[in-house]
Amino acid sequence: MIIDVYNKLTILSDSAKYDVACTSSGVDRKGKFGSIGSAAKAGICHSFSADGRCISLLKVLMTNVCIFDCKYCVNRVSNDIVRVAFTPHELAELTINFYRRNYIEGLFLSSGVIKSPNHTTEQLIKALELLRSVYHFNGYIHVKAIPGADSELITRLGLLADRMSINIELPSQESLTLLAPNKTKESILRPMGLITAKIQENCTDLVKYRHASKFVPAGQSTQLIVGATPDTDHKILTLTEGLYKKYHLKRVFFSAYMPVAENSLLPSMDTKPPLLREHRLYQADWLLRFYGFEAKELLDEQNPNFNLQVDPKCNWALNHLEKFPLEINKAPFEMLLRVPGIGVTSAQRILTARRSGPIDFSGLKKIGVVLKRAQYFITCKGKIIDGLKVTSDGTIRALMADQYKLPSPYPEQLSFFNEPLITREDVQQCLTGQI
Amino acid sequence: MLDGTDLIYAYDGSFEGLMCCVFESYQRKEIPNIIRPPSVQETLFDRAKWIETDEQKADRVYNSIPMKISSQAQELVKLGFLTCDPHKEVLIFRFLRLGFKHGGKVMMMLTDDTVSSLQKAVRHLTSECHKFKGFVRFSVYGEALVAVIEPKNYVLPLLSPHFCDRYRNDRFMIYDKTHGMALIFQSQKAELIFVEELTLPDVDSAELEYRRLWKQFYKTIAIEGRNNPRCRMTFMPKRYWNQMTEFDEIVGLAQWQVGETGAKEPQTSLCTLDAQSTYKISPD
Repeated sequence: MIIDVYNKLTILSDSAKYDVACTSSGVDRKGKFGSIGSAAKAGICHSFSADGRCISLLKVLMTNVCIFDCKYCVNRVSNDIVRVAFTPHELAELTINFYRRNYIEGLFLSSGVIKSPNHTTEQLIKALELLRSVYHFNGYIHVKAIPGADSELITRLGLLADRMSINIELPSQESLTLLAPNKTKESILRPMGLITAKIQENCTDLVKYRHASKFVPAGQSTQLIVGATPDTDHKILTLTEGLYKKYHLKRVFFSAYMPVAENSLLPSMDTKPPLLREHRLYQADWLLRFYGFEAKELLDEQNPNFNLQVDPKCNWALNHLEKFPLEINKAPFEMLLRVPGIGVTSAQRILTARRSGPIDFSGLKKIGVVLKRAQYFITCKGKIIDGLKVTSDGTIRALMADQYKLPSPYPEQLSFFNEPLITREDVQQCLTGQI
Repeated sequence: MLDGTDLIYAYDGSFEGLMCCVFESYQRKEIPNIIRPPSVQETLFDRAKWIETDEQKADRVYNSIPMKISSQAQELVKLGFLTCDPHKEVLIFRFLRLGFKHGGKVMMMLTDDTVSSLQKAVRHLTSECHKFKGFVRFSVYGEALVAVIEPKNYVLPLLSPHFCDRYRNDRFMIYDKTHGMALIFQSQKAELIFVEELTLPDVDSAELEYRRLWKQFYKTIAIEGRNNPRCRMTFMPKRYWNQMTEFDEIVGLAQWQVGETGAKEPQTSLCTLDAQSTYKISPD
């Protein structure tokens, strides 16, 4: 049976879609004469699919043939599906033609394990070499490293790509043994460590020789599945923090488990993906990367999972009311970052604006602070906001809950009196923790 | 209705003209509340003062910005002029008056109405520009790439360096339907020209095939179980969809036709498109 490119693309993008990473960020590269393409550090989204996810790269598998039998994966060897493979030439033509029309920012190439991890890696190298040196493609390439491949091959692959990733998928050895019998913690972490070491080695080389070729200049990332195993948020977040610190990963992605296989070891097929939980993990991930939080501040053994009603930052603030209210005109940057409703940009703007004079609430609004959330935690020139309506800690929680995101089991009740009048004393008591 | 205290300046709509408004305001010791480009209709009891554009005066104002305020302020003013804010002239004018009074500190006065409004307008411009870096869709016509966009802000000057760098071996054109302008890049040279209307020939079968492949990829990559049209709309509002290949349902239908000149000879190269354009302005 001859399968044309259209059908191959359909099958191989369908099998690749459960990989969540689609970022094209992390490296700035100017265009080159004689080549096509460039890379932008911030990354560029070229479209958004019906599920609201960014489409930045042509995300496909080289082949969906796989000798592994990971229970949670559509491409597992025991699954009865049509198996196809792109030739390197087909893949290069597709990438270049999509790129020229500005459909994509580059290629995200992954693959099922065909014959052996080494053989698969060689296939990936072949395809990327063709794209880089024959088609002169200078755009972004994200490639998957295959667990179990030789170091030498991974090194060669890394010199052709901007970003490399190895998916951990399951956050503990027990889960791996159970669901991904062909993978071990070691087979995942060894190449990850190798990539980290290579990136650092390459950085020193680049200082010594300006033209040293770049090894994955946009760094490496990984993905963890959420909800396929009983692992807690605390475990996942601690692992994430470790990966950032120890392996200097650029990103850790979370993927709410989408049932694709009937298996007694997995949640049943009608399980809804835990999207809100995934969202909370991403929020926490940002707190780790940009807000100076540590995993142990957000979760611990007693509270191993995120509160689905309140976002992690708000939750932290509510548990540390003794640190608030904060005076906007005096607080240091690190503390401004901890106020719900103030993000990195607004915190920076507050610092800037403070240099030209004191800030009041209307000024904060112009700066872009979300007063609706921040008002409970701040003062401006020693005063809290006029007409603040709060009765107790419970009210704050209610006011701040992202209820619109929660599928409520009860139909919403309409009330004529849903905003009771509250005095300033109530607020002060609340904020000073007297209630 | 306007009362007696309203002072209106009318200018020719150029950046230099706006700089002259600033100059005249200092010269005549008066502050206009409205600065009006020619595109805005005159009102019945209009007593607008016409401000003549004088390059020397404009240069004096423009060159004094980095010296008296800061080079970031000069950049902000330049960008501010590209925004679609209906009051951009008055905003820039007030910002400069404020800047000449306070110096470089004006860039930190983020809680000031004028400064925050101008910066907000500029953020709208730069974020729209960033979106278009991804949302522009080219079609291949022979050797050339052609795209049509309908931006709110005048983003072409900001898009130019990005696309010229990326497609440096290609010839391309991005037509801004909203502003009647086009960015043309060929033989390593970029030009911004006025284009009133644009008619494109039919696309060839290879182009149709890649559009079909892209649409199929777009459909396939979405996970049904996570369907979230609202989230998509937030990141990619519907106004962008018109010119994006993945939303063009009817394959092969020439949705590219602009104006009522469908009967014209189809153009096959950018050179002829160039000749058709009404007149040129200085290159970017």
